[in-house]
Amino acid sequence: MFKVKEWLRNMSKSEKTPVYLDYAATTPADPRVAEKMMACLTMDGDFGNPASRSHVFGWKADDAVKEARGHVASLINADPREIVWTSGATESDNLAIKGVAHFYKKKGKHIITCKTEHKAVLDTCRQLEREGYEVTYLEVENSGFIDMKVLADAIREETILISIMHVNNETGVVQDIAAIGELARSKGVIFHCDAAQSAGKVEIDLEKVKVDLMSFSAHKIYGPKGVGALYVRRKPRIRIEAQIHGGGHERGMRSGTLAVHQIVGMGEAFRVAKEELVVESERLLGLRERLLNGFSDMEEIYINGDLSHHVPGLLNISFNFVEGESLIMALKDIAVSSGSACTSASLEPSYVLRALGREDELAHSSIRFSLGRFTTEADVDYTIELVRQKVEKLRELSPLWEMYKDGVDLSKVQWAAH
Amino acid sequence: MAYSDKVMDHYENPRNVGSFDKDDNAVGTGMVGAPACGDVMKLQIKVSDEGVIEDAKFKTYGCGSAIASSSLLTEWVKGKTLQEASEIKNTELAEELALPPVKVHCSVLAEDAIKAAIEDYNSKSAIVVDAPEKIADAG
Repeated sequence: MFKVKEWLRNMSKSEKTPVYLDYAATTPADPRVAEKMMACLTMDGDFGNPASRSHVFGWKADDAVKEARGHVASLINADPREIVWTSGATESDNLAIKGVAHFYKKKGKHIITCKTEHKAVLDTCRQLEREGYEVTYLEVENSGFIDMKVLADAIREETILISIMHVNNETGVVQDIAAIGELARSKGVIFHCDAAQSAGKVEIDLEKVKVDLMSFSAHKIYGPKGVGALYVRRKPRIRIEAQIHGGGHERGMRSGTLAVHQIVGMGEAFRVAKEELVVESERLLGLRERLLNGFSDMEEIYINGDLSHHVPGLLNISFNFVEGESLIMALKDIAVSSGSACTSASLEPSYVLRALGREDELAHSSIRFSLGRFTTEADVDYTIELVRQKVEKLRELSPLWEMYKDGVDLSKVQWAAH
Repeated sequence: MAYSDKVMDHYENPRNVGSFDKDDNAVGTGMVGAPACGDVMKLQIKVSDEGVIEDAKFKTYGCGSAIASSSLLTEWVKGKTLQEASEIKNTELAEELALPPVKVHCSVLAEDAIKAAIEDYNSKSAIVVDAPEKIADAG
């Protein structure tokens, strides 16, 4: 049997570098989660098929799934019957958006989303456009927020769905989903919200907030990869057309034998997240402030996204005149991500930062630090020192920094674009 | 992105970083690329009276491949005549550094940079040729 204490002891002994500061990309499973999952795999555990009604193996697996469903529902103050298991937030987004579009197509074929959404939402909307739907992609303000008036103006008679994320994965900005929910409900439009980056980090109360569909992922909050959930509101009842067929599992909304070990892992992750949310948010906010303070006297740095409505553990900064990928190479002892073109195959800088009105060069120069459950003050201090040292080194190498220091206005230079 | 050892070596220990006085007639400066595209290279050469590149310096804003391409280029051009330097091909740089296909444009930029530096030097030396006549007139 897996020993949590032993694991933690080994953790503290093991080599600490590279320091992991990419918790917004994924998180390690909490040892409590891993332990629960391991008890659902082998002959002596709950390996049964929850759909087997004829024997105790099935019943026990069904009980384990029920318990997990309860934990997920509890974190967001929902009814367990409103939770549909999926393979992750991407599938949840697909099921929600396509499911609503297909079910309500007679009512209308117009969908509203936003330019800073995750690709799981944007690419799904693109697919629906190919199927003949019309999609409005809202601009955001430079802060990252959606202007409620712009949203209200975009709603038409034939609008069936608004899909807006709760917390942005690149900037950490928190949208006002309560206000969006009120507006959507008053106009009779269904509201889907991708909460992959917010669950367990900011409070979600679906008794209060009028979200109709909400996507979740396990691996962003110390659960396993490959499992997620979609919240589907019962009152008022929201209907979706299934995208995966075969057996009618999950009330017909998502067929396929339930992955008990994954689901149990997600349930435990959500249980722990609820238990620790308040204390952990405060701790992460403190660490983020420590990180920001460590950079605050540096020249030419820009924070991406408004920190006033923001998830606690994330900080996205552009270090002007330093290209993001080369900075990431220099920072190989910390694991972070960049909005730079060069970290992707597309050679385009982050579409999210561009939507915030950031010039391309600042988008190229951005680094996302995302802190989490296992981040310590020592990690943050080490990061500050390393970043300061490497930014200085790369600026010495940068012709743009040299020009800036010589007082050249870079916006007036005629660049030979290539 | 998995880089070759050579890219990592040039990135971590870039050769010939720095600047010459761009107004010096013996210096040719090439600045190519654009900040919006994520890379800008400044390459400078110091040329002897015999037309041999005696020294070279660079500064680059860009990814690891861009830094490595320009660093390697400064090593290669030193000791070469302007004619020889102008014949350096991006494919040779890309091959030496084992750049992945998505990074080949970095070596193209380096080739553009040396061509621009040579052009800048030549445009200056054209003025230098005129100078003695003017002195003669004044005399």
